[in-house]
Amino acid sequence: MVQALNQALDQEMAANPNVVIMGEDVGHDGGVFRVTDGLIQKYGEKRVLDTPLAEAGIVGTALGMSVYGLRPVVEIQFFGFTYPAFQEIVSHVARLRTRTRGVYTCPMVIRTPYGIGIKALEHHSESTEAYFTHTPGIKVVVPSSPYDAKGLLISAMRSEDPVLFLEPSRLYRSIKQEVPETVYEIPLGKAKILKQGTDLTIVAWGSMLRMVMQTLSKDQNLSAEVIDLRTLSPLDWDTIFTSVEKTRRLLIVAEAPRLGGLASDISATVSEKFHGKLKAPVERVTGFDITPPLPLGEHLYMVDEKRILKAIKKLTHSS
Amino acid sequence: MLNFKDYNPLEGKQLQIMDEKGNLNESLRPAELTDELLIDIYKKMTLLREMDKKAASLQRQGRMGVFASSYGQEASVIASSMAMGKEDWIVPAYRQQGAIIAKNLPISNFFLYYKGNEVASRLPRESHLFPVAIPVGSQPLHAAGLGMAARLKGDQTCAIAYFGEGATSEGETLEAFNFAGVYKANTIFFCENNQWAISTPRLRQTAAKTIAQKGVAFGFDGIQVDGNDPFAVFAATLAARKRAAEGEGPTLIESFTYRLGDHTSADSAKKYRDPAEVEPWHDKEPLLRTRLYLTQKGLWDDQKEEDLANEVYNQVGIAVAEAEKTPNQTIDDIFDYTFAELTPTLQEQKSYLKQFYPET
Ligand SMILES: Cc1ncc(C[n+]2csc(CCOP(=O)(O)OP(=O)(O)O)c2C)c(N)n1
Repeated sequence: MVQALNQALDQEMAANPNVVIMGEDVGHDGGVFRVTDGLIQKYGEKRVLDTPLAEAGIVGTALGMSVYGLRPVVEIQFFGFTYPAFQEIVSHVARLRTRTRGVYTCPMVIRTPYGIGIKALEHHSESTEAYFTHTPGIKVVVPSSPYDAKGLLISAMRSEDPVLFLEPSRLYRSIKQEVPETVYEIPLGKAKILKQGTDLTIVAWGSMLRMVMQTLSKDQNLSAEVIDLRTLSPLDWDTIFTSVEKTRRLLIVAEAPRLGGLASDISATVSEKFHGKLKAPVERVTGFDITPPLPLGEHLYMVDEKRILKAIKKLTHSS
Repeated sequence: MLNFKDYNPLEGKQLQIMDEKGNLNESLRPAELTDELLIDIYKKMTLLREMDKKAASLQRQGRMGVFASSYGQEASVIASSMAMGKEDWIVPAYRQQGAIIAKNLPISNFFLYYKGNEVASRLPRESHLFPVAIPVGSQPLHAAGLGMAARLKGDQTCAIAYFGEGATSEGETLEAFNFAGVYKANTIFFCENNQWAISTPRLRQTAAKTIAQKGVAFGFDGIQVDGNDPFAVFAATLAARKRAAEGEGPTLIESFTYRLGDHTSADSAKKYRDPAEVEPWHDKEPLLRTRLYLTQKGLWDDQKEEDLANEVYNQVGIAVAEAEKTPNQTIDDIFDYTFAELTPTLQEQKSYLKQFYPET
């Protein structure tokens, strides 16, 4: 996935001279995960900015640069370090269009590694996407494969709206996939049906998809339809509704804490819309309402096959 | 006692008491820093280096996670925290495992924390050592708050915050300076300027000539000291502490040092740093010059050095064994400290999880 992201950045920088990369260690170091590797050598220090260590500073200045006509692609070193920039994102980046009645806008991409599962230090395992899906005016995108990562990032860089682009750090180097050399876009706001099925619908995003597919590979008799949301805000309700219309059973799998998470929102909306028509109550498999544990306790927190399987059984055994 | 006015950072001054050859400017030496105390500091710095060395090797073997070494910067944390009082608070970032040594706490906690068990951050309340702070620049405010509370209550207790020069770019660090200045907090801001914030060199971090002058901007003294000189570090911290305790407000100490190793065990400095820049700093590192001084004074010899090497090696070995035999987190451990009381929801989530782990 790292290479696919790098290629997307490279191709879009070549195509659009206004694209500027900025962040901590994105230049000579190539980013701590190497996503921006080689770009400073190719495009120089006016297109790739190694910034001072200040997230509010990075996002706030990116807003100014964006209004001026550049297309900043910001890297925040880890999702947990967007918090110092929270004010800039929520109060300004997400609202500038609304506040100026569409006169000023600040298209930019804020990329950041996201999620638990790489045995990282404290504060490096956050999956608090709900803070931002709860914020109107900024799109939130999560790729689940190298192919999607490239196409979604290109679309994000071409979007007229600011985009928070969450890169599951667990997938950076763990999945290999051929990615076309050509430039291609994957539309934002559209979910993807990863697998067709009739018995139940499973909705997930990011690294949870891999967990879902692994679980399903162990039970060939089950016909599950799997939806990769790809964009968390705005959410593609149509794809979810169409699928649930067919299967009448829904499972949502999310890494994030349960209370106030996106899984709860999807569950509530589907339960309302399909009131009396579901074959079983909607199930959610999620993280817990606790601080993500440090590496030696990480496995206890993480959604795994056993937990997904149990929810599937519960859903399919009631009719 | 050191007069900060003599070391105005805006005039490019830096305090050095012992040079890299171990020569001492006796007139500047604080009386409190006896040779006996210096030997203690030297031993603690040596132990810190051994801890970092062992941790790096454990990390390569997959027995420990990512951590940040103090290699080359040992004098900063050790000599400064040894200048603080027993009741004083230490608020570290993530490169100050030396504070555990200075506070006489079990060093096994360092290994346990970076193995990935948060029980390592459960220290006795009276130790007055804050847990590791990973989010850069987030913790100086806490030291400002501790120092404000002490001032409001009329206590002499002080707090010292540690952070890197990169952290001075974060807004929160500057807010900490400002609050401490306004409330004349019993706080010492100790910046380990090791010249690099991962791949970002000092000169790209701020257009200011020194970090120390940022104190001046907030209305209190800043001083740059040779951070590889334990005498200078100790003298500046001691003087800053005295002022803070007497209600004269905070001080910013810029400890001018150098990160001899990689940023962390996940980093590779070769990618962005010219080895030729690193080379001369090996001659300036703090253990070397302290040893030269002690040897010149006839207080140290090869035998003592060998004994010390054995001692720290064994101490670290015992600590690692201690950390490795500590049981991993249980399900209770990861839930029970969320709130003062376990909520019904958390109780339910915990019972649900336990079905999958009948053995824990
Ligand atoms: C808020 C925040 N942003 C980014 C990071 C990632 N990060 C960890 S250490 C570091 C560099 C810190 O440099 P400095 O403050 O000079 O301290 P040093 O590590 O050199 O001791 C960065 C960018 C972080 N931990 N927290």
